[in-house]
Amino acid sequence: MALLIESVVKVIVVFGIFMGCVAYMTLLERKVLGRVQVRFGPNRVGPFGLWQPIADGIKAFFKEDLIPANADKPIFILAPMITVASALCLIAVIPFGDKITLFGHTIYLRITDLDVGILYLFAFASIGEYGVVLGGWASGNKYGVIGAMRAAAQMISYELALSLSVIGVIMISGSLSLSVIVEKQAHMWNVVYQPFAFIFYMVCALAEINRTPFDMPEAEAELACGYNIEYSSMKFALFFMGEYAHLVVVCAVATTLFLGGWQGPFLPGVLWFLIKTFVLVFFCIWERGTFPRLRYDQIMHFGWKILLPLTLANVVVTAIVMAL
Amino acid sequence: MLKAYLPVLILVLVAAGFAAFAVVASYLLGQHKPTRVKMAPYECGIASPGYGRTRIPLRYYTVAMLFLLFDLEVVFLYPWAVTFKKLGLFGLVEMMVFIGILLVGYIYVWKKGALEWD
Repeated sequence: MALLIESVVKVIVVFGIFMGCVAYMTLLERKVLGRVQVRFGPNRVGPFGLWQPIADGIKAFFKEDLIPANADKPIFILAPMITVASALCLIAVIPFGDKITLFGHTIYLRITDLDVGILYLFAFASIGEYGVVLGGWASGNKYGVIGAMRAAAQMISYELALSLSVIGVIMISGSLSLSVIVEKQAHMWNVVYQPFAFIFYMVCALAEINRTPFDMPEAEAELACGYNIEYSSMKFALFFMGEYAHLVVVCAVATTLFLGGWQGPFLPGVLWFLIKTFVLVFFCIWERGTFPRLRYDQIMHFGWKILLPLTLANVVVTAIVMAL
Repeated sequence: MLKAYLPVLILVLVAAGFAAFAVVASYLLGQHKPTRVKMAPYECGIASPGYGRTRIPLRYYTVAMLFLLFDLEVVFLYPWAVTFKKLGLFGLVEMMVFIGILLVGYIYVWKKGALEWD
């Protein structure tokens, strides 16, 4: 019973904070991109535009909820729900702080600690792909179908390299549990032993969440908006939130696997975790404002012919160095 | 052991509940004034020719099949990586043979042109 109450409280608190982060990610991205392009970004709603995400949310709720005539109705409604729910579930296994003592209870600052934490992350991240593909297909729109197919092919191609890039970290830590991986980094971050794996991970992660320079699935110039072209109102907002939730989680996982998680001197663990994650998130926004978009065949070539052999070589080299 | 999955179950319920709430609430709050033009597929502004679900190039299926093959082999690497330190040199040699076989398949696929996109 105590476990149930503790779990419910933890889930609700973390979920609420995570949703707040996702909402303000949209503002952060628009602000930073604005500055990159020498303009202010949103600054009309509230001080520094701080109420903008809330205003956007309210607006999304009151917009007309349109379902096109030749859409597959049940799947069309279900697809954004799958995307956002699977993205929000990813937060469960990420440890964001050390244990604290509250009212005589020892509370670990994480929702749960699974023995198969990394597999859990990959499993739920893959479910999100279903939402994208089903959404594009159910729209009954050519752009939507093309965008969905591109998204699917790109995501599965980079998923290979992504899952290969973290194997080095698993070998060093000897565990799939994210808490254990963080504890093993108390003296030295994994990025020191696995610098190339970290770079590969970030590149693959950008492709996984369909961000520039890999944002082919929703290339505005040729596909209008890709898989979510027919979506309006809150359904579109759900796709959008799923994308930003994914971005936050990808950076949080990179922090956990490579940058020592919540470990750090002087400041409390939660703060360290947030700082490191924020730096990576900022990097993702920054590179969006800097890099042009790649062509689709270049993306597929890069994934299959360059990243896959390189990540495999990284695994082999790590294995040989560790065995000697 | 299974206790660790209780919070996951609660989180899945909360996330699914949020998604369902958002869709239902926007359905109830938003206006509904559908017209024939509004319900048409969104394209360049002219009436959309042909059927919405176009045929898809075969390459996408090839990529999906290749993904299945290679991803299964990557999944085999995970338990090996966890127990790598215990297995020692034996594990290393075994897995090098496995990766060698994987590489042969990879080179075959490359030579056959399954990775080309033009």
